[in-house]
Amino acid sequence: MDLPQFLIQLLNSVQYGLLLFMLAAGLTLIFGIMGVVNLAHGSFYMLGAYLAWSLSTALGSLTLAILLGTLLSVVFGLALEWLLFRHFYKRGHLDQVLLTFGLIYIFEELRSIIWGDDVHGVTIPEVLSASIPLTENLSYPVYRLFMSGVCVALALGLYLLISKTRLGMKIRAGAFNRDMAESLGINIKLIHAVVFALGVGLAAVAGMIAAPIASVYPNMGSQVLIMCFVVVVIGGIGSVRGALIAALLVGLVDTFGKVLLPSMSGMLVYMLMAAVLLWKPEGLFKQ
Amino acid sequence: MTSRRLILTRSAAIVGAASTGLLLPEIVRAQAAKVRVGFMLPYTGTFAQLGVAIENGFRLAINEQGGKLGGREIEYFKVDDESEPSKGIENANKLVQRDKVDVLVGTVHSGVQMGIQKVARESGVLSLIPNAGVHAATRSLCAPNVFRTSFSNSQPTRALGKVMVDRGHKKTVWITWKYAAGDEAFEGFKEGYTAAGGTIIKELGLPFPQVEFQALLTEIASLKPDAVACFFAGGGAAKFIRDYAAAGLKGKIPLYGSGFLTEGVLDAAGPAAEGIITTMHYSDSLDTPRNQKFRLEYAKAFRSQPDVYAVQGYDTGLLLVQGANAVKGDLANKAALYKSLEGAVINSPRGKWTMSKSHNPIQDIYVRQVENKENKVIGVAAKALADSGAGCKMT
Repeated sequence: MDLPQFLIQLLNSVQYGLLLFMLAAGLTLIFGIMGVVNLAHGSFYMLGAYLAWSLSTALGSLTLAILLGTLLSVVFGLALEWLLFRHFYKRGHLDQVLLTFGLIYIFEELRSIIWGDDVHGVTIPEVLSASIPLTENLSYPVYRLFMSGVCVALALGLYLLISKTRLGMKIRAGAFNRDMAESLGINIKLIHAVVFALGVGLAAVAGMIAAPIASVYPNMGSQVLIMCFVVVVIGGIGSVRGALIAALLVGLVDTFGKVLLPSMSGMLVYMLMAAVLLWKPEGLFKQ
Repeated sequence: MTSRRLILTRSAAIVGAASTGLLLPEIVRAQAAKVRVGFMLPYTGTFAQLGVAIENGFRLAINEQGGKLGGREIEYFKVDDESEPSKGIENANKLVQRDKVDVLVGTVHSGVQMGIQKVARESGVLSLIPNAGVHAATRSLCAPNVFRTSFSNSQPTRALGKVMVDRGHKKTVWITWKYAAGDEAFEGFKEGYTAAGGTIIKELGLPFPQVEFQALLTEIASLKPDAVACFFAGGGAAKFIRDYAAAGLKGKIPLYGSGFLTEGVLDAAGPAAEGIITTMHYSDSLDTPRNQKFRLEYAKAFRSQPDVYAVQGYDTGLLLVQGANAVKGDLANKAALYKSLEGAVINSPRGKWTMSKSHNPIQDIYVRQVENKENKVIGVAAKALADSGAGCKMT
């Protein structure tokens, strides 16, 4: 592999890693703050992708679709939290796993009823549809760079929200000691609802942003779910910073693994996870 | 619709009973009981539509023959196999042991098929495979009572190699998902392509069903092959086609594939799919009177357009009708039944095909090119192509 080739693959890794981060951030947030293991996280990604497809077909604009879709998915997250999840914060992980595993099937069936089982494509907006030539026969789609930009912006926003704002302070206080935070007058129920909706929103936005290049198809959520969990486990459960580092690491190992060790490419990510857990059983950044 | 059909079948049953049951000797009356046909197909999950298309096609073929098998009424049984390999044996046994079916029609997923194969080999029930292309079913684990009406996984790609060499592509990169169907498709491609004088310069793969292709597309660009050949299907295929175009490879390095690359995904893939050449045993746009008649009948009956899976289901029905007619409905006469199925000539919408010694179709493979979101047939890649049936010993 020569230098330009190496650099392009590096770009591929970072780009894949950032997308993984956006997906895993919501998962780790919900686990870190509320202690809920949410297996249905992949379904929110799928929900986002299908919203992007159906709304952009109806409205004729992906930008509008993403704005409206984000709103809808946040409302959906709030409703879901109010109806189901808030009753599971204090229960064991097994109950949560059963609930969210069941939800996967329900969401999959609803998707089939509402949107059918076809594969769909979402058109990339005109302004972002160009490609930048890199070598004589390879070019880089502008949309992928745009995706990376959105992911970086979201990561930055998340960091600022949690570490620099009053809301972030309350979130951290609630995660650290729920009873103490409550007795200080913080409305923990509201905080939890907001965090849950944020987590759902992040996954759905990831689905919406990824829809034009990922296509929209049944079961797309379950495919990303496993990678999300790998990222969350490597990064340290509940740590957003850990998720970012882990996602970039997974992107790197996966990309270069496919090229340099193709026969083992399916295993490498999991070997990375095993190695990290042997070294740091709680993940890279323990919360 | 349903009630009308119900009345029709009931009155037919009454007429049948009146005309035969009361007048004929005991032995014939026992035989005149309904033929029990079991569908074991995916009715939920990713492959749900394929299951429905296969059942529709099968019913269309039977109904065109008056809705009977060798003069006997039919009772249908259905099991949803969920494309879940771990439940394959259990689900097949539901039909074979609980429902005591005479014929088991199924299925789509190759892993589930292996479960059916085991049950079929042990129970001896007639098993008709309307899709799953797993090699073992008509090779090392072939059986006298198992017949496939679709294809073997290596059949479409077996014909692809020569097409590519004829078009001047001597150096190729192969890319697929690393799983049984991908490996078997590669086996066919490798045989056909190297026999035609081509060289595979690199074999790329990723675990099923991952869809992060970017690293491999970068690799393809640096290898600069004459062309790329691949096996993908469903949502992953749509994404691969789009990513391939977005990476700037479309128009510089032509993309070829097994026909499943462009089945059911052309709307999703959009303009990125234009020009892709694939090989398969059928195309919606096949311009023959037989195919047009079938498409019209199917559309009238089910208010939807048939696809390759519907054709395979239809052919399964045609095959069973031929067999049942040959033994006059006495499906227990296995020797005569299997002999007739082995010798069957199926006048299919895909073109006439016959059964190989290992019970897999000997069929024409077409060259298709995507044009205006349609797989246009541009030639025949291979006439009467048979699967090798390597390792098949009928006992």
